[in-house]
Amino acid sequence: MIQVENLTKRYTGQTAISELSFNVGAGEIVGLLGPNGAGKTTTMRILAGYMPASSGAARIGGLDVFYHSRQVRERIGYMPENNPLYPEMRVKEYLKFRARLKGVRGKQVRSRLNAVLEQCHLKEVSRKIIGQLSKGYRQRVGLADALIHKPDLLILDEPTLGLDPNQIRSVRQLIKDLAGAHTILLSTHILPEVEMTSDRVLILDQGKIRAADTTENLQTLISGGGQVIAELAAPEAALREFLENAPDAEQYDLSPLDGEFFRCAITPRAGADLRSMVYNEARARDWELRELTRSRYSLEDIFVHLTREEPEAESEE
Amino acid sequence: MRGYLTLVRRDLGSFFVSITGYMIIAMVTLLLGASFVVLVESLNQESTNLPLTELFYSTFYFWLILLLAAPVITMRSFALEKSTGTYETLMTAPVADSQVVLAKFTSALLFYLLMWLPLVVCMVILNRFSAEIPSINVGQLLTTFLGILLLGGLYIALGCFASSLTRSQILAAMLTLMLGIGLFLVSYLSLTLPFQGGWQGELMGHVSMIEHMQEFVRGVIDTRYLVFYVSGIAFFLFLTLKVIESRRWK
Repeated sequence: MIQVENLTKRYTGQTAISELSFNVGAGEIVGLLGPNGAGKTTTMRILAGYMPASSGAARIGGLDVFYHSRQVRERIGYMPENNPLYPEMRVKEYLKFRARLKGVRGKQVRSRLNAVLEQCHLKEVSRKIIGQLSKGYRQRVGLADALIHKPDLLILDEPTLGLDPNQIRSVRQLIKDLAGAHTILLSTHILPEVEMTSDRVLILDQGKIRAADTTENLQTLISGGGQVIAELAAPEAALREFLENAPDAEQYDLSPLDGEFFRCAITPRAGADLRSMVYNEARARDWELRELTRSRYSLEDIFVHLTREEPEAESEE
Repeated sequence: MRGYLTLVRRDLGSFFVSITGYMIIAMVTLLLGASFVVLVESLNQESTNLPLTELFYSTFYFWLILLLAAPVITMRSFALEKSTGTYETLMTAPVADSQVVLAKFTSALLFYLLMWLPLVVCMVILNRFSAEIPSINVGQLLTTFLGILLLGGLYIALGCFASSLTRSQILAAMLTLMLGIGLFLVSYLSLTLPFQGGWQGELMGHVSMIEHMQEFVRGVIDTRYLVFYVSGIAFFLFLTLKVIESRRWK
């Protein structure tokens, strides 16, 4: 569905994305993940035909987004960041306008309108003025707009930005429901969001793809080496001795809590999972264990991880 | 074409759901009302052979309305879309840039014409209640409106161009006002400093909008003026289109 080859975009004085290459198959949901300024919006704007790339090529459904811009735009539903809408219009009126603008004809307009109102749960607000809607509803109006002409590809730039947790949940559910019927490319800087919605993730940082993998693989990468937090009631010396000698523990930090309890934060060697070891030890020695968790890598850690890896690899060469 | 009509409808409609649209209409109606008073007074003083439309043009209200209304009408066209971000959804919809530019121009021009309608009412009332032989005829009224359309078209096209350059409505309005007054002063210059023949005089004669309008209110249609305004409008719309397209330049 999407083929991107060596896509580069330079603004005066800075490179927004450089030599980006990736493919998205039909029916896939792919998440573009990255911190602010990583080049997500730039990539999406180029794909949506809003602006050209400095070099490289992007094709959607086999058509070049620059040379066949209009045909490509007919096949895309694009929701920009911050979801701009005309606040003075009514929901129904706006969607009708967008449908006509996107070439939906005659009787189709009404049937498509009803379909997206249903799909995005907008029926009850269809006569309201957009400017008076809550942000969650407005976001759904934006999604409905992207969907109204039955596009093959949906490009959603930060679809859950600025929503409260309940609204985020409902928008995510909506995106999930759309899977199958459409290919979806969505961007976000929130990790759980991609985990929940996407099949595959592209991690973008400083205009380059740092990792491209399925969500499960990324998950293993993430959960493979998280810190283990244990709250144990044990004599301090014995605890220290155990942690010093644990083969997979790289580092530990001990802090006293109430009563006999200590809080141990243990960093494992790469790939190791220390939870069973801690539990077995506590059981064997009859220490009281009241909490055992593994902190997961945050997105930030992954970035640090991925960006740190590269110079090391280069220096080895 | 369908995209164009859809856009015209929305843009024209947007004037009537915002306070700006009604404020423009209110201001223009006020100014036209004031010109009506002036007309009545001048008709009361002595009998005149001048047609009503020319009498109206001899007041300064025509230029005041044109110079002030055009910037306010056109400042929204692109600048507002750019500042709210809807420009992005608009330009990623499958419509040609030229359709967008033409639709913005058309809707602003239609609103501008609607705004002038009270003038017709003024003329009809004066005509109905003046004791003398009817001093208005339909032909003159039509050519006057042709002049209003052409001069307005030029100013609206200029305003669209200014609006496409910036994302600030105020800046767009000020730019239009400045360029508009500039154009007006060029015409004024040719009236106050008559050039003695030569190419300067020729040139000034061709671009003097004050004189052009004078002919229109008298009921004269000069094709040279038609060509001047139509090509002027085309020129500014072409520039606007290029500004819009420049986004896609590599």
